[in-house]
Amino acid sequence: MTAIQGDGSIRIGVFICHCGINIAAKVNISEVVEFAKTLPHVAYATDYQFLCSDPGQELIKTHIRENNLNRIVVASCSPLMHEVTFRRAAGEAGLNPFYVQMANIREQVSWVTKDMKSSTTKAKALVAAAVRRVARHDALEVRQVPVKADVLVVGGGIAGIQAALTIANSDKKVYLVEREPTIGGHMAQFDKTFPTLDCAACILTPKMSSVAVHPNITLLTFSEVVSVEGYTGNFRVRIKRKPRYVIEDKCVGCNACVDACIYKQPRFPDEFNVGLSKRKPVYMPFPQATPSVVLIDPESCIQLKKGTCKMPCVDACDRNAIDFNQKEEFLDVDVGAIILATGYQPFNPSRIPEYGYGKYPNVYTGLEVERLVNAAGPTQGQIVLKDGTKPKSVGIIHCVGSRDQKTNPYCSRVCCMYSLKLAHLIKERTEAEVFNFYIDMRAAGKGYEEFYDRVMSEQVQVIRGRVAEVTDWAVTPEEEGKLVLRVEDTLVGVARRIPVDMVVLSVGLEPQPDVEQVQRLFNISCSKGGWLLERHPKLAPVSTFTDGIFIAGACQGPKDIPDCVAQAGAAAGEAMALIDKGHVDLEPNAAHVRENCSGCRTCISACPFHAISLDKETGLSVVNEALCKGCGTCVASCPSGVAQQQMFTDEQIYEEIEGIMNYV
Amino acid sequence: MSKPKIGFYWCASCGGCDEAVVDLAENILSVVEAVDIAVWPVAMDFKRSDVENMQDGEMVVTFINGAIRNTEDREIVEILREKSKYIVAFGSCAHLGGVPGMGNLYTRESILECSYSETPSVVNPEKVCPQGETTVPEGVLTLPVLEERVWTLDQTIEVDYYLPGCPPPVALIVDGVTAFLTNQLPPKGSVLGPKHSLCLDCPRKDTKPENMLIKEFKRPHETEIDLETCLLAQGLLCLGPATRSGCGAACINGNMPCTGCLGPTDSVRDYGAKALSGIASLFDAETEADIARIADRIVDPAGTFYRYSLPGSLFQGKVFQKEGARS
Amino acid sequence: MSEVSKSSSGNGFEPRIVGFFCNWCTYTAADLAGTSRLTYAPNVRVLRVMCSGRLDPQFILDAFRKGADGVLIGGCHPGDCHYQAGNHKALRRYTLLKRLLKTMGIEEERVRLEWISASEGDKVQRVINEMTEDIRRLGPLRLPPIPHAGRMPGEAVERVSSIGQETGL
Repeated sequence: MTAIQGDGSIRIGVFICHCGINIAAKVNISEVVEFAKTLPHVAYATDYQFLCSDPGQELIKTHIRENNLNRIVVASCSPLMHEVTFRRAAGEAGLNPFYVQMANIREQVSWVTKDMKSSTTKAKALVAAAVRRVARHDALEVRQVPVKADVLVVGGGIAGIQAALTIANSDKKVYLVEREPTIGGHMAQFDKTFPTLDCAACILTPKMSSVAVHPNITLLTFSEVVSVEGYTGNFRVRIKRKPRYVIEDKCVGCNACVDACIYKQPRFPDEFNVGLSKRKPVYMPFPQATPSVVLIDPESCIQLKKGTCKMPCVDACDRNAIDFNQKEEFLDVDVGAIILATGYQPFNPSRIPEYGYGKYPNVYTGLEVERLVNAAGPTQGQIVLKDGTKPKSVGIIHCVGSRDQKTNPYCSRVCCMYSLKLAHLIKERTEAEVFNFYIDMRAAGKGYEEFYDRVMSEQVQVIRGRVAEVTDWAVTPEEEGKLVLRVEDTLVGVARRIPVDMVVLSVGLEPQPDVEQVQRLFNISCSKGGWLLERHPKLAPVSTFTDGIFIAGACQGPKDIPDCVAQAGAAAGEAMALIDKGHVDLEPNAAHVRENCSGCRTCISACPFHAISLDKETGLSVVNEALCKGCGTCVASCPSGVAQQQMFTDEQIYEEIEGIMNYV
Repeated sequence: MSKPKIGFYWCASCGGCDEAVVDLAENILSVVEAVDIAVWPVAMDFKRSDVENMQDGEMVVTFINGAIRNTEDREIVEILREKSKYIVAFGSCAHLGGVPGMGNLYTRESILECSYSETPSVVNPEKVCPQGETTVPEGVLTLPVLEERVWTLDQTIEVDYYLPGCPPPVALIVDGVTAFLTNQLPPKGSVLGPKHSLCLDCPRKDTKPENMLIKEFKRPHETEIDLETCLLAQGLLCLGPATRSGCGAACINGNMPCTGCLGPTDSVRDYGAKALSGIASLFDAETEADIARIADRIVDPAGTFYRYSLPGSLFQGKVFQKEGARS
Repeated sequence: MSEVSKSSSGNGFEPRIVGFFCNWCTYTAADLAGTSRLTYAPNVRVLRVMCSGRLDPQFILDAFRKGADGVLIGGCHPGDCHYQAGNHKALRRYTLLKRLLKTMGIEEERVRLEWISASEGDKVQRVINEMTEDIRRLGPLRLPPIPHAGRMPGEAVERVSSIGQETGL
């Protein structure tokens, strides 16, 4: 591949792009071309309208051949945009693709500089830097590594389920890991879904059972990822399986053990019903739980806590599925790609004390009301107050924990719509008067505005204003025994007091509380506030900066079910593209330790990826190229300068500084 | 045919380098057998004119120790350059500036001020300060003038080889002299010493943890130093990882951390910056406050990392912006 | 003679600042500033590294040695490093280097480390404008030249000569 010819002298070609007028309007192109011709080793310099176009690339190739160029500098847009393009062109002309260096004279010069003189000067400096640098480039080879064929999906909510099914349907093996005892996520807790009012369970449970029976899906519930090693195409993941004290393969979910439990009545808060009902120590999370397997809560089970129970559950199980000696187990899996669909947590409204959540019994969160209106919920679908009576008036407060500088500045995107849905359901079930307190009514989505119109036609009242306070301090006889919402009606411009029986807080969405752990575990970034960061907000929305790891659903940011499902499909597509390709190309920017290492070990502790170790025989440091991600931290730390990074050697950087500083 | 001539000369130095030549002990006999020592002010009487009268290139090699601090240093090394085929910068001061090089943290004026009037033991009400020329009834007296700053030898004259160390270890001197005697010289500009850093030859290397991080630095007087464990692992700021080997780990064997006298390895441009980078990389801290807490324990960064190499560093010394003390 | 230094001898001093930006956050942010057409001072010339952790303090001194009046380092926010903790390593070196530079007479404002995420194009603009103004106020660095009769400090030996010499003994 190498194209150093004859006497081995360096012959650099410099190509300056006009990018139409994007660069040419601010940079004096001919001046830069003439300047480039004066730089050391430059054998040829020219300019062109659009170098990234087919004729532009042809021009580069032609000049490489005709002028015997063995290095090229392309001064155009950002290397993040077109480095691949120009490397490919150089490769097609017989040049090693790594003999290319770009000077970013568009994004970092012409687009950001006011006057032509400064732009031209800066462009020249960057061209000189690239010329000095490229002279020191080495011929390198892209490394190809085969990929593992299986995929790991983390999180069994709707996004994880959709991603797992899509991949499994393409005949690839999927490991679906869910930390709760059942998949289904938040969607399983919802009653109806906006704007179509489909029953959430009716559309979700078929997907859940498809997961359970799919021959290509290994479902690992009540399990958590504890470590991730390797890199794109070749991850080794360790999964911890927490003990359920029930043998999953034997249990058929008949609930005989639940009936037999020493506790005749359920006494412990039921997680699925957000604490609004009780369960026993041995329980099925909810009727359609998948897998349909019970589990025993070690916090409340007498046998597990004290070892003194008669264990009627064991006797009741004719399949001998109960095993009090179960321990946590670890499972290692090798996968080529990982999809994170770890979801969100609802905002905890006790952080806004003026809304009285936890203080006034009849202040609920939206999720609690979802359970109340659900026929399988704690009240069999009856919307009742804590005293068992039906509310005659209900106030729904939007934007609780959203669009609020004190909590979360962002819009949670789903609250307006679910508030309207709850308004409709409450109205339908109780005929109560319903007030919605909103800041802006955000109904952007297919059929959403129509749904808003429909709810409006049902005489739901909407008041524009952020509620200041929920109080039980009555100032008029009508307010006695009620919860009073104090609000400024900003459309009318008056302060109002609205007494109601029940308050629903439309809480926003927040990142999972352990998102930092997820971020560390998978080595991905978070955007502000803790949402997992996509590689590009528009063009790579499900990719991350860690190759081979994709994100889907609300872990990336608040979104509704249709968007979660769409993202899950996109992430599945990305994962399949990676796996079907069969190999990954690695940038040859790995570090290596040259001769004369003294084995001081500084680089070993500097490496974030444990890619460097001490060779047992020589006592010197060696880099495992497969683990090295090419950050260069070890190189900077190496006290004797023997560690070097390909594509970013000390010499290349010194030359670049020289070029930047000493020509203009 | 007469024996080839060699010379030893000293500039701003402590005399330790000449002591090191004496430390060659019986080895010096084989040297004397092969060559004539034509210049060696510490041991022999010779006058400037003796050197001036030599033919150009008459001496095969002159080993010059000490930094260039005053006009006399400069004049003599310039003469020696003419008279010698090869010049070896001998010892840290000639190589990188050495301990006298830390004078580059101050201006010449402030150094003179400090030495001739501010020092508590000095009584100098008339503020007498050395002058280049002083007229007395008998005529004009001259003294060498302190240069604006301290220079390394290769900032003054062309240097062919470097023998590093404070002073250069005997083994390196023997190897260096042997290279001349046996005509096996490495490329011009080479430092005559091993190419790796000290850790490889450290007797304590096996006690160094593979994944080492440091929570707190201690100074030698603040702690009881274990005789066998890696000094860095004990929190002592040992510069062995950054420093060229060749000393036989003399300081380590004296249970003291390496302070860097042999200077950097070949692939390093600025000893202090590189050593600092290696040491800072070991900080066991993530937050700004924790990092600052660890850094607080390195009380004199310039004196720590540039103890022997300030004039030979990229900055060469402190930058005096406001005073305009530099041309 | 450069245009920039020409103008510095004239009415206004134009600082020259070398930027070392990490590929994933700050370099991308600088590109974003470009696509958003945020104009800013032309004084910072950027050099791309994969991670701020690659920054060898020698590069910073070398930039000053070669005439820079300031050095700007841009990395990912703590916790957001593409390479987990390269920016922490950068911070460790930067902290100690700043202390060294202080004793070397380098004003605080001449070396600046900023965490700029890929989405903070506006921060690139603000930081570059601020730093340019700060250094304009300070004036040029005026690092005194080093005479080099022999070789440049620390310059790789191989580059001086690769041919063995005859001793003539």
